[in-house]
Order: sequence, then structure tokens, then C-alpha cells
Amino acid sequence: MTLTQHDIDQEIAAEHAAYEKRIADGAPVEHQPRRDYAPYRSSVLRHPKQPPVTIDVAKDPELVELSSPAFGERDITEIDNDLTRQHNGEPIGERITVSGRLLDRDGRPIRGQLIEIWQANSAGRYAHQREQHDAPLDPNFTGVGRTLTDADGHYHFTTVQPGPYPWRQHLNAWRPAHIHFSLFGTAFTQRLVTQMYFPSDPLFPYDPIIQSVTDDAARQRLVATYDHSLSVPEFSMGYQWDIVLDGPNATWIEEGR
Amino acid sequence: MTKIDTSRPETVLPTPSHTVGPFYGHALPFPGGGDIAPIGHPDTITVQGYITDGEGNPLPDAFVELWGADPEGNIPQVDGSIRRDPASGGYLGRNGVEFTGWGRVQTDANGHWYARTLRPGARGQHAPYLSVCVFARGLLVHLYTRIYLPGDEAALASDPLLRRVDEARRGTLIAADQGNGTYRFDIRLQGEGETVFLEFQ
Repeated sequence: MTLTQHDIDQEIAAEHAAYEKRIADGAPVEHQPRRDYAPYRSSVLRHPKQPPVTIDVAKDPELVELSSPAFGERDITEIDNDLTRQHNGEPIGERITVSGRLLDRDGRPIRGQLIEIWQANSAGRYAHQREQHDAPLDPNFTGVGRTLTDADGHYHFTTVQPGPYPWRQHLNAWRPAHIHFSLFGTAFTQRLVTQMYFPSDPLFPYDPIIQSVTDDAARQRLVATYDHSLSVPEFSMGYQWDIVLDGPNATWIEEGR
Repeated sequence: MTKIDTSRPETVLPTPSHTVGPFYGHALPFPGGGDIAPIGHPDTITVQGYITDGEGNPLPDAFVELWGADPEGNIPQVDGSIRRDPASGGYLGRNGVEFTGWGRVQTDANGHWYARTLRPGARGQHAPYLSVCVFARGLLVHLYTRIYLPGDEAALASDPLLRRVDEARRGTLIAADQGNGTYRFDIRLQGEGETVFLEFQ
């Protein structure tokens, strides 16, 4: 039997109701998705069934995981944060600029760390060999960028607005437009891979991946803010997206630097 | 709202994780990602293994990141893992001399991965280990585990983490010695022989 959007909608609603009930019963707010979220079928056989073993980082300053790999000027080129300048011609699409700050849980900036992004082109097609969607490839757009955060934790990318795309999990499954982000903190425990969305996307209610974040406020933190003051005259639409890395880090390491 | 006001700590809340999806292959993996050891270094080891799901099927769309200390137990703070060529914009590769301690390795079509790195030294009370972070389509949040190396039973027996793990599952954190400095470490995401995964608080 074909899996329909209606089937997925019902599962999403059930997961949301279950979360609301947990909260009503006094459970803590869930800032992260559950690893086992059946409306996203790929998670079913890929989540551990045993609970994780917890490690209290405050008790052990020698943990390898309290440090993070280093990246520097050798690891990027000056135009790696401009995805519209990687080919001979200009990519098709609405130019956008995305900027924000990379912060830790205490609101402190993460300085000089690597941010990598990747995305579909304006037609909703990835420059990836296994991508089967028949929307056109853009010879002037690969959709991959990287940058280092500055002394205040700021980052900045220039790219084109990605398109939504179909992904075949169920009949008429469409992903809302998004940009993938990969981030490092000052500790390996803060590693994060996530996706940034655009305001008011009509596909949000139908997408089990964004809905895997069942807390409404947490889900909103995945959506960039349109900011007219960041739009560049005659050039681009401006979005702001600040990122807060979860996961503990060690205060004593910061103070020692 | 995604403008964070750092003067109001109650607004500083974590950005949720999301899956890497299936289409990161042209963006994140890089040539020589698993060749972490400087060329010809005498303390080089090879670690390899498979990543499998709850039905024992290999994951062809996963990658691991390895992070570890140098042979003296010091944490490298050296950049240059993903050096770029400023002329072409392409990958220049590691310089083969410096040890950054970090690598990223894509599984192949059989779900197999390998890396060559330096044998990590011990830190504090810990037996030597490599930290591992697993990413894949289907993982809404990445998974942490550790690769401990076999050989020094006393060090393994007194390790602060291994002491706390059930005897029946402890072995999932310890690689198997395959000789010639090669170690096998399989990652089973679910079910029989499920790898012990870690959560840091």
C-alpha cells in the first residue's frame, strides 16, 4: 500500500500529542529531536535502542572530547563563503546573504571555528551524483561553502535561494527549502549538523524532518529571520540566523586561553 | 526567532540537530580524510570497520569523524586538515608532516571505512582512546562513541568509562587487534551487539 502524506500527517500529529502529554506530565522541554522518530522512516533501523552512557564533563578535565579540532586560514580560501562565485558564470536564482553568530550555551561567541554549508540549487537539485530528481542542474552552482567565524563569532555567506525538492519517502513528499550547516565548537561535544529554513514556508507542516523537532519553540530556532537591513541594495535578500551549540564545554579551558 | 540576545540568558537556547541527509557527499568528505597520520610516522595505526543498521545491513551513506590525542597524550591544536589551494579552490590535502588529530571518513558501498592515524597516548586516568562521531542519513542527532585499543588490560580495567559499562557491552568499545598495527572497530547502530554510545553532560 502506498504511503501517503495523510498517513505521515497523522503520525506527526500523534508524535506531537505525545510530546505535549509528556510536557503536561512534567517532563523537561526537548530541545533536540528524538533519535527514534518513525514519521522519518530512515530513523527506524538507525537509532540505538539502548540508552546512551552519560559522561559528566565537569568531573574530568582530561577528556579528549572537551577539546576540538582546529581549523585555520589554510583550510579555506577567501571566496569559499560566496557560493555565487565558484564558476565562470553566475548561478540562476534569487541571491541571498545569510549571516549570524555562532554561540555556546552561555551566549559566548565561538571564534575562528569552521562552518560548512551545502544546499540544492534554485530548482531544488543537488550537485550530487545519486540525486535522481529531474530538475535542472546549474553549471554555475555547486552549492557548497565554508568559512571561519570571526572574533565575535560572526559568519557570512552569499548564495542563491535553494528550491524545495521531492524526496520519495511517501507519495508527494517535499522538503521545505533549506541550507545544511555543519558546525564545530570549542569542544568536540558541541559538534552540530543541522538545517536552516526560510520564514513562513508552507511545507513545514508536511515535512517529518523539521517536525522531528516536536517542541514548537525549538523548531522555530531552525528558521532564519528576514532582516531588511541585511538585504544588500541591488543585490540580495538578507537573512539572519544565530546558532547556539548544545553540549557542554569546559569553562576552565576557556579561562586558561 | 533566530536573533539571539546574549544579554538575556533565557533566550540562549540550543539550535536543534538535523540529519545530514543523503546528499552531503559532494560537500563534506574530502580526499585523504582518513589519512590523519603524518607520512612514515612510526606510531601509525590503521583502524577500520563497518557501520550496520538494526537488520545488520551496511550503511553506504554514513561518515565518521575521528578525534584523538597524539602519542604523548597531548591534544593537537594544529589546523590544516582540509587545506585548500588558493589558486584552484580545490583541496590541497594535508601537508603530510603535521598531525591535526582529526579526520572525516565516508563509508563505501559496503559500509566500510578506514583511517590511518597515530596511536593515541593516555590522558589522566583514561586508557588511550579515539573519540568518534557518527553521522548518517536517518540519524536525527549524531552519535558519539570511543575506540579503545586492546593490549593493556590493566589500563582498560581502570578506565573511568569502561568501568561503568556493563560487562556484556564493554567489548563494543574495544577494537580487535588484526596484527600489523591494524585494528577492527565495527559500529552497530541498533540491535544485537549494539555499540555503546555516549552522551556528554
